[in-house]
Amino acid sequence: MNQPATQSAPSDVVELRIPCRAEWVALARLAVAAVANRSRFSIEEIEDIKLAVTEACTAVIQHENHGETIEISCETDDGALRLRVHDAGRHVHAPKIAAIDFDEARVAGLGVFLIRTLMDEVTYEVHPDTGTDLHMAKRIPGRTT
Amino acid sequence: MDIKVQVREAPGDCYVVELSGEIDVYTSPKVKDAVSDLIDRGVYNLVINLENVRYIDSTGLGVLIGGLKRVREHGGTVNLVCSNPQIRKIFDITGLVKIFGIFDNEDAAMKALV
Repeated sequence: MNQPATQSAPSDVVELRIPCRAEWVALARLAVAAVANRSRFSIEEIEDIKLAVTEACTAVIQHENHGETIEISCETDDGALRLRVHDAGRHVHAPKIAAIDFDEARVAGLGVFLIRTLMDEVTYEVHPDTGTDLHMAKRIPGRTT
Repeated sequence: MDIKVQVREAPGDCYVVELSGEIDVYTSPKVKDAVSDLIDRGVYNLVINLENVRYIDSTGLGVLIGGLKRVREHGGTVNLVCSNPQIRKIFDITGLVKIFGIFDNEDAAMKALV
């Protein structure tokens, strides 16, 4: 039987569902940090991932049209940690911002700015029937996607 | 997760707000209340000590920016104490290093107020 020349590691998926309330956000970032810690991320990169997840959950909670729960899915494969943050609300919390106007101390969009800065890939999907997905990925150092 | 807030008067008509823990969407209202309470009492020169803060997100940054805006209207300022590289990184990438005075220790932050 022929074996493939290269064999990629199977992807592992961890899923978490939290109530859409502020007191649960810390649990989400700790859980994601634990998953990230199993890959070869540095402490600094794990902190980046924690902040991105926190900002994603916070954006959902602060939106008036959010669902009852937030679902967080973490998938690690050969090349990256991929996160999906889903809530049942149908909204887009991704304002187009090129830069933040700090002269006016405008903080709207700061969370999204951080997510886009700290993660390697960020995309939003709004599904009319099921809600909003934020997809984020952080490449694992020393590996290719 | 929680945040511990300690407020103390310092020489030179200023106050120090010392924070310990994590500042996020759940805990930032407690920080906002402490800062707002001081400003409402007419304290416009503040040092906010983040030395024991392990984590801060955009809601925490928003509280700090809001406090700075309010004290500046009265000619005051907010200086921060922060030597944690991860926390400083957040101030760097958001550009907030340009609007806050950020110092490695409380003495330097207080001296810069006067």
